[in-house]
Amino acid sequence: MTPAIRIHQVAKRYGALQALAGIDLEVVQGEFFGLLGPNGAGKTTLISSLAGLVRPDSGSLEVMGFDVQRDYRDARQNLGVVPQEIVFDPFFSVRETLKFQSGYFGIRNNDAWIDEILANLDLTAKANANMRALSGGMKRRVMVAQALVHRPPVIVLDEPTAGVDVELRQTLWAFIRRLNQDGHTIVLTTHYLEEAESLCSRIAMLKAGRVVALDSTANLLKTQASHALRFRLAEGDVLPPDLQAKATQSGGLWVLPFVDYSEIGVLVDALSAAGCKLMDLEIGKPDLEDVFLDVMRERAA
Amino acid sequence: MIDRLFGGGFATLFYKELLRFWKVSFQTVAAPVLTAMLYLLIFSHVLEERVQVYGTLAYTAFLVPGLVMMSILQNAFSNSSSSLIQSKVTGNIIFVLLPPISYREFYAAYVLAAIVRSVMVGVGVLAVTTFFTALHFAHPLWILTFALIGGGVMGSLGVVAGIWADKFDQLAAFQNFLIMPLTFLSGVFYSIHSLPAFWQGVSHFNPVFYMIDGFRYGFFGVSDVSPWHSFAVAFFSLLVLAALTLNFLRRGYKLRG
Ligand SMILES: Nc1ncnc2c1ncn2[C@@H]1O[C@H](COP(=O)(O)OP(=O)(O)O)[C@@H](O)[C@H]1O
Ligand SMILES: [Mg+2]
Repeated sequence: MTPAIRIHQVAKRYGALQALAGIDLEVVQGEFFGLLGPNGAGKTTLISSLAGLVRPDSGSLEVMGFDVQRDYRDARQNLGVVPQEIVFDPFFSVRETLKFQSGYFGIRNNDAWIDEILANLDLTAKANANMRALSGGMKRRVMVAQALVHRPPVIVLDEPTAGVDVELRQTLWAFIRRLNQDGHTIVLTTHYLEEAESLCSRIAMLKAGRVVALDSTANLLKTQASHALRFRLAEGDVLPPDLQAKATQSGGLWVLPFVDYSEIGVLVDALSAAGCKLMDLEIGKPDLEDVFLDVMRERAA
Repeated sequence: MIDRLFGGGFATLFYKELLRFWKVSFQTVAAPVLTAMLYLLIFSHVLEERVQVYGTLAYTAFLVPGLVMMSILQNAFSNSSSSLIQSKVTGNIIFVLLPPISYREFYAAYVLAAIVRSVMVGVGVLAVTTFFTALHFAHPLWILTFALIGGGVMGSLGVVAGIWADKFDQLAAFQNFLIMPLTFLSGVFYSIHSLPAFWQGVSHFNPVFYMIDGFRYGFFGVSDVSPWHSFAVAFFSLLVLAALTLNFLRRGYKLRG
């Protein structure tokens, strides 16, 4: 099957800054894909390259098999992008905005679909309001709606929930999940790692213009970070040397990683055999935050 | 309305550009008409008794086509340039860059909308001036031709300026240091035959002079140079500017990083 997105050796330089340093990435049709990375990692530049807003210095990008430069009409027809910055045309109402956006994609009589999008994003009551009169969160919803007017099979959202209230996040994710279930491919960048963890089936992590991790969310959680025992020691107790080598400590809190739950007994036995009294014992589950920090630290070293 | 009239990306963008100025037509159409009327009032009051052009032509009658053309040129430039700079500064230009609209369609939509606005202003100025002087239309086809070419040239130049400028004051500089001198030093207010030889020579290098001169020929059947000569220069200017603008747009200059 044609990949929803194919990115091959894409590089982009801004003066001395290598914003993208040879990105290779494929997103399968129907995937819910996460693109994570710290600020300045190149996520927006990559998305802009995909959308034809930025022309990379080298490499190629395809949307549903269409090259974004050569077959730009088909590529763009297949792609819906929600830009990172909140932007709007103050001349028009919400409905006018969506009608124009439909028209730009060559679609007439889009009212039924527009109404459906408005309803799903809780925008129906604002349909005839001027864009200027909307709050930031509402404007963000309209931007999501704009990206969907042409029913693109591939939808890319660049930090759609940045600075947005909890209610919108939930409305938005319920809608995006449904679109994904209906077969749309979703690519998402976000700073909220728990959001990515619960939504994305596969994740790429970017750092300084490179892909530094790429795997299913489950695998990333399994391999990169592990479970851990967290505890404090009673006054005067010391860890046996073999455990000390594995553990990390900060502010008196020890973190002792393990992979499988069966190891817990072994570890606790070893600790009590060494005469350590454990206080505030907790079992920590790995989350994407740990993975993320791990990956970013690793690549820095 | 939108649905019935227009389908593809070009048509919608064109329609959007029309609506953009039409929603504020008080500023974009009525105000320039008023400005032109003020020019006419003042200049005709001061000069009517003293100046005659082409032998017998009253000054007010001479002035009208010049003012109409000046309004056409300035409003065409203003429409495309201000629309683009606004979209760029507010960032909503992204919504026309994401859809499958070709650079040619983009160009056509902005320039045609500029022409429509400029012709509306032109017609408005003409209508108002009928209160001051009787107009005759010796060669209506020449009038229309020069109006459209003038609007197209300045609409294109407006696209270039709107793309090039990053800030409003850069656009204002473009307007003050290029557009205004070109239009004012082009024989709007006088026949260049009344100028010293040196300035007559300089005027002949100003393409706007030919647009105004040819336009005026359409009214009176008299002009400083032959209308065909003016047509050739105006049309050549249009081709050069269209090529330049299309080249900018094709390369994505300042629009697609
Ligand atoms: N138009 C531009 N000119 C110069 N530098 C840019 C431009 N766009 C992005 N950059 C730089 O490229 C890097 C990647 O930016 P971006 O793709 O926005 O990162 P992210 O979206 O991951 O935060 C940053 O260092 C940013 O400052
Ligand atoms: Mg970004």
